Amino acid sequence: MDLVIGIVLNFGPVVLLLVLGYSAGTYLERRHYDRIRRRESETSAFPVVTLRSIPIDWRVESCRLVMGGVVVSIDYFKRFLASLQLLVGGRLTTYEPVLDRGRREALLRMKQAAMDQGYDAVINVRLETSRLANSTGGGTARVEMLAFGTAVCFAQDS
Amino acid sequence: MILSNTENVPGKTIHEFYGVATGSTVRAKHVGKDILASLRNIVGGELKGYTELLNEARQEALHRMTQQAESMGANAVVNVRFSTSSVAQGAAELFAYGTAVRVD
Repeated sequence: MDLVIGIVLNFGPVVLLLVLGYSAGTYLERRHYDRIRRRESETSAFPVVTLRSIPIDWRVESCRLVMGGVVVSIDYFKRFLASLQLLVGGRLTTYEPVLDRGRREALLRMKQAAMDQGYDAVINVRLETSRLANSTGGGTARVEMLAFGTAVCFAQDS
Repeated sequence: MILSNTENVPGKTIHEFYGVATGSTVRAKHVGKDILASLRNIVGGELKGYTELLNEARQEALHRMTQQAESMGANAVVNVRFSTSSVAQGAAELFAYGTAVRVD
């Protein structure tokens, strides 16, 4: 009996965190992906390009720097899984979706900022990833994804 | 003040270069929000407090860069770049730089 209580006390909190991380993390991730896909299809007509200068046939009236950023982190369960995956090496499938989500979210926010301000396209889009220091000193994946570019407004033909 | 991350301002021509304009700021989150973020770390996803913090900080860095460019006599900054580095635990330096120019 004492043994059972001992096991529960020792491993209970960790198991609870793993279960919570897995269930809530998976649910939130699915919901976020649904939202990303919906917004991507809604804004797919808006041109966002990585070209360094404007295409020759575009007549541009004004421009402005726009950006979108998001800080994302990985859930407890996946972090645990990743530590196991690190032993065998190879592809870390647990880290891939979170970075993908962050990057697409950052791009969407940049796009939205340009659309809200009435611009017609975004050129010279750049994506940056930076790791933020953790307050506890641990090595969790807390990364910032930043998308920025120059929003341009087309000249009205007279 | 026109900002752009392209090599020239679309639709305008550059008349004069003034050199590099820079702006930076170091920010940290207060403890309360840090604790909230560590709770959020359990389920993963966006850490809104940090997103806000970095957005504010980046605006501040851009603002300082703009001020410096203005004091040089420029009316635009082209080829703007950002860099982020974590200098201490829970703190980050946001740095923006670009070339101050006069366009019309």
